[in-house]
Amino acid sequence: MSGTPGSATVRKSYRTLARWLETAPPDLLQARSRQAELFFRRMGVTFAVYGDVESNERLIPFDVVPRIIGAAEWEHLEKGLKQRVSALNAFLKDIYGPQDCIKAGIVPADLILTNPHYRPEMQGRRPPGDIWTHICGVDLVRTGEDGFLVLEDNCRTPSGVSYMLENREMMMRLFPDLFAEHRIRPVETYTDMLLASLRASAPEHAGADPTIVVLTPGPYNSAYYEHSFLADKLGVELVEGRDLFVNDDIVFMRTTEGPKQVDVVYRRVDDDWLDPLTFRPDSTVGVPGIMAAYAAGNVTLTNAVGTGVADDKAVYTYMPEIIRFFSGGDPILGNVPTWRCREPDALKEVLDRLPELVVKEVGGSGGYGMLVGPAATKAEIEDFRKKLEADPDDFIAQPTLSLSTAPTLCGTELQSRHVDLRPFVLSSPAGVRVAPGGLTRVALKAGSLVVNSSQGGGTKDTWVLDD
Amino acid sequence: MLSRTAESLYWTGRYMERADFLARILEAAVRLAALPARDGAAATAWASAIASAGVSRAFAASARTPSEKSVREYLAFAPDNPSSIRACINAARTNARSVRTALTIELWESINGAWNGLNDFGEPTKRDDFVRFLEWVKGVSLAVEGASSRTMLRNDAYWFLRLGGAIERADNTARLLDVKYHLLLPAGERVGGQLDYFQWTTLLREVSALTAYRWVYRESVRPWLVADLLVLNRQMPRSLASCQAMIVSYLERLAADYGRRGPAQRLASARLTQFNEARIEDIFQSGLHEYILAFLGENNALANAIHDQYLV
Amino acid sequence: MRIRIDHETRYAYARPARFIVQTLRLTPRSTEGQQVRDWRIETDVDARIRRSEDAFGNIVHSLYTERPTDSLTVRVTGEVATVDTGGVLKGFPERLSPLVFLRDTPLTHADPALRELAGRVGDGDPLSRLHRLMSLIHGEVTFMVGATTPDHTAADAWAQKQGVCQDHAQIFIACARRLGIPARYVSGHLHRRDGIVEQDAAHAWAEAHVENLGWVGFDPANGVCPTEHYVRVACGLDALGATPIRGTSYGGAGERMTVALRVRHMQQTQQQQQRQGWS
Repeated sequence: MSGTPGSATVRKSYRTLARWLETAPPDLLQARSRQAELFFRRMGVTFAVYGDVESNERLIPFDVVPRIIGAAEWEHLEKGLKQRVSALNAFLKDIYGPQDCIKAGIVPADLILTNPHYRPEMQGRRPPGDIWTHICGVDLVRTGEDGFLVLEDNCRTPSGVSYMLENREMMMRLFPDLFAEHRIRPVETYTDMLLASLRASAPEHAGADPTIVVLTPGPYNSAYYEHSFLADKLGVELVEGRDLFVNDDIVFMRTTEGPKQVDVVYRRVDDDWLDPLTFRPDSTVGVPGIMAAYAAGNVTLTNAVGTGVADDKAVYTYMPEIIRFFSGGDPILGNVPTWRCREPDALKEVLDRLPELVVKEVGGSGGYGMLVGPAATKAEIEDFRKKLEADPDDFIAQPTLSLSTAPTLCGTELQSRHVDLRPFVLSSPAGVRVAPGGLTRVALKAGSLVVNSSQGGGTKDTWVLDD
Repeated sequence: MLSRTAESLYWTGRYMERADFLARILEAAVRLAALPARDGAAATAWASAIASAGVSRAFAASARTPSEKSVREYLAFAPDNPSSIRACINAARTNARSVRTALTIELWESINGAWNGLNDFGEPTKRDDFVRFLEWVKGVSLAVEGASSRTMLRNDAYWFLRLGGAIERADNTARLLDVKYHLLLPAGERVGGQLDYFQWTTLLREVSALTAYRWVYRESVRPWLVADLLVLNRQMPRSLASCQAMIVSYLERLAADYGRRGPAQRLASARLTQFNEARIEDIFQSGLHEYILAFLGENNALANAIHDQYLV
Repeated sequence: MRIRIDHETRYAYARPARFIVQTLRLTPRSTEGQQVRDWRIETDVDARIRRSEDAFGNIVHSLYTERPTDSLTVRVTGEVATVDTGGVLKGFPERLSPLVFLRDTPLTHADPALRELAGRVGDGDPLSRLHRLMSLIHGEVTFMVGATTPDHTAADAWAQKQGVCQDHAQIFIACARRLGIPARYVSGHLHRRDGIVEQDAAHAWAEAHVENLGWVGFDPANGVCPTEHYVRVACGLDALGATPIRGTSYGGAGERMTVALRVRHMQQTQQQQQRQGWS
C-alpha cells in the first residue's frame, strides 16, 4: 500500500493499519469519512480561497486514512529539521549582521541584497536570542527508501498547524480502537510548546509573564480560522491591527480596562502590511509605529521581520552550502535537485527539458505561478517559456519527483495518492523543538503532484510511532 | 477584554433588540391599519410606524410615501435602509462573527440561525406570511436572549451584550410612547374615543404589556396609566425606569469586575435617582413629549459615555 | 556657508484627532560636507518624541501626541555650516551595502520607456554616464508644480515629462539602477541663489554609488551636483523611504497639511547679532 512508485512493498510502519483495514467492515471508512466532514463543517474549520467569490469559506478535504512514520525515521527527520532550522536562524542572523556568508562566497550578494524579501530596515537589528524564524514549516517529500528531501522552507508565517491538531482530534474521535493498537506520539503538546517558545522570546523587560497576542489581518484572511484557533488554544487575545497602537515606542492593546502593554506579537500579517509608517503606506491591517517599538526592543515580533529572504526559492538552492557553513556538518536532509535559472547553463538545460520539469517562480507560494511540465499543455509550456526567457532570475526548476504515495480513500476504495509533509519547528532562546507529526497534504487527483489546498489538495493525520 | 470585542458584543445586543422592536412596530401597524375607522387611519398607522422607528427623514428622502406596502418593505427588508430588520440581523451576525470565540456555541448558533432564517423567509408579500415573519423575528430575539442568559458566563462579555440591549430598549420604548402620544390620533378622532382606546391597547400589546397593565392597574386603559407603566413602573421590564435600572446594574457589574467606576457609571446612576423621585403627574404637567425628548438625549449621552469609557 | 532652516509642517483636522503617531525624518546628520548646529524639533501641542537611527543612517524621531487635538504643527529649526565637496558624500555612517540600492521599488520601477531612457546614456565610465543621465532628465523633464503627486512613480512622471524634484530624482534612480549603478533618494534643503527664502516644499535629489568615490549626489531637477548650497537630511530607496513625515491620526478626519519653509544664508553680521541675542 504505502511506498515509492514501482515498489510493491508495504512500509513496515503501516503493517498494523493494513491488518486492521483488512478486518474492518467494508463501508466503515466511508461512513467515518462522512462523519468527519459533518464535524468539520459544524465546527467551521474552513479555509478561504483567494479569488473564489462564490464560496469564500470552504472545507479542506480530509482523508481518514492516516499517514504513518516509524520511530527511527522520525528520529532522523527531527535531527535533520533541527539542523536545518538552526542553520536558517544562523543565516538570518548573519545576513542582517556581519554578512559573513556573503563575504565567504556561500551565497551571491545580489541574490540577498536585491531580494524583495530582504528588509534593509532590519540590517543591524538583533531580536532576542538572535531568533528570527520562531515558527518554521519545512515541506518535505519522500522520494525513495533512503528518506526525505526538503522541497521548501517556510520561514515567514507558515500555516497549517491547526489542521495538524484538528485532524488528530478528529481521528481520535473516529478511530479510538486504532489508537489503542498503535503507540502514537501526541501532537497536542504543540500549543504548550508554542506558548513556552513565545514566552521565552519576549523582551527582557517583560518578566515572567509576558503579554502575548496573535495578530491577524482579519476574518477575510484565508487562514483566519487558524489564527482564532491558535489564540484560543494559547489562551491569548486574537487582535487585529486596529486593536493595537504604539505610544512612546511601546505597543499597547485597547481593552475595556484601558491600554495594556503587549510584549510578544505572534503576527500572521506579512512584512509589507505590518506598519504603514515603514512599509506599505496603504496598509489598514497593520499597526502604525510598531517597527519603531520593535527597533527600540520593546516588543518581539514572531516571526521576525525580513525572514522571507531565507525561504525564497532561489536562496533555497543554496541551503546545503548554508547548512555546511553554519553547522559545520553535512546536511542531514537534502534538497530536491534544483536548477537556478539565473545561471545561463542551467537556464539552457531547463529550456531544453521544459516538458519534463517543474518550474517555480522564486517569489511565489501556495502552488501559484508554477509550471508542472508533464501536466501542462503545449501552449502552457510555450507561454511559460516566454516568461522564463524574459526574467530567468525569477525562476528555479526541479525534476518531476517520483513522490511517495500513501493509501487514500477515493470514493469507495483505497488508492495511492502523492503526499508531502510539513512538520512544524519552534525556535526560541530556550532551544529548538519539533512537534512529532505535521501536516500531511495529499493530492486528491490521481497522478497529480500538487498538494496545495488552494489547488484542490487535501490533508491527513500524520502519525509518528513511538517504537 | 479587547475594546473591539466589547464593542461587537454591545452592538450585537443593540441590533438584536432593534430587530425585535421593528417587528413589534410592524405588528402593531398591521393591527391598527386593519381597524375600521375614518379615512386616513390606515395611512396614519403606517406613517406612525415609520416615526416610531425613528427613520422618518430617511424614509421621506428615499422618495417613498407611507403605505402598507412601502412601510413593510422599508422597515423589514429595504436594502437602502441601514436599520431594517434584515440589516439589523445581518449586522448582529457580522458583529457576533467577529467575536465568535467570546460567544457560547448556543448563542452563536441562535444568531447564525437567525441569519440563515432570513434567507429562508425571503420577502413575504402576503399579509399572513408577513405576520408569520414578524412572529419569527420576535422568536429569534427570544432565542438569542435565552441562549445568552442560559449559557454565557456572567463576565464582561455578557454585561456588554446585555448593556447594548438595554440601551437600545430604553430608546425604543421612549420613541414608541412619544409617537403614540403625539402623532397617532388622526384629526377628528376624539381623545378617549374608540380609536384612541384601540391605539393605546395596541401600544401595550406591542410591548407585551396588555395583561400586565390590567394586573397592575385593574382599570380600563387610560393614557396616563399607560405612560406610568412604560415610564416609571419598575415591574414592567420595558419601562424606562426598568431599562435604566438594568443599565445601572450591568455597568456596576463591569465596575466591580474591573475595579473601577467611570463617567458612564456616574451618569447612569444619577439618572436612576431621578426615576426614583419622579411622579407621572409631574411628568404630564411639564409635558410628556418634552420629558421623552430629554430622556432620549440623555440615553444617547450615556451611550457615548459607555463608548468612550470602554469601546475605544 | 551657513544655512538657517525654519521648516514648519502643520496638520489641521476637521474632526479632532484623539491621538497622532508620526515618524519624522527631519534631522540632518553631520558629515564632512555639513556641520549641523543647534537643530531643534518642536511641536505646538504636548507630545513625546523619541530619537533613533534607522538602517539607512537617518536620524529618526517617533512622535506621539499626548491629548486630543484639532491641529498639530511640527517645527524644525536649525543651522548647518556647509562646504563644497564636489557632490561627494563623506563621513556618513553606512550600514548597508551599496548593492541594496539596486533594489526595485514600486516608485522607482523601470518600465520599458525608462529602460529606453537608460539605454540612451551610452557607454563610458560610471561618473560620466551618471552626468549624461542627469542632463538628459534635466533637459527633458519640465519642472512643474502640481503636475504630479507624491505617489506618482518614476514611470508616470517620465511618461508626462513633467514633475517636481521628487520625480526628477526618481527617474534618475530608476535609470541608474537599470545601468547597474546603485542609486538612492535624498531629501533635503536647497539654499536658492536667486534670493528667494520662502519655499513651498523641501528639495530632493539622488545619490549614486561610484566605485572608488563612494556616494555622489546628483540633482537632476537643477542639472547639477550638490554644492555648499545643499543640506542633506535623509535618504532612502525612494521618495517614500525618505519622506520627512509619515504619520497616522486616530479619530481625526478631514486632514489638511500645509508647509512653511524658509532657507536663508546667514551673513556674518546676522550670526553675530544672533550670538549676542543669546548671550
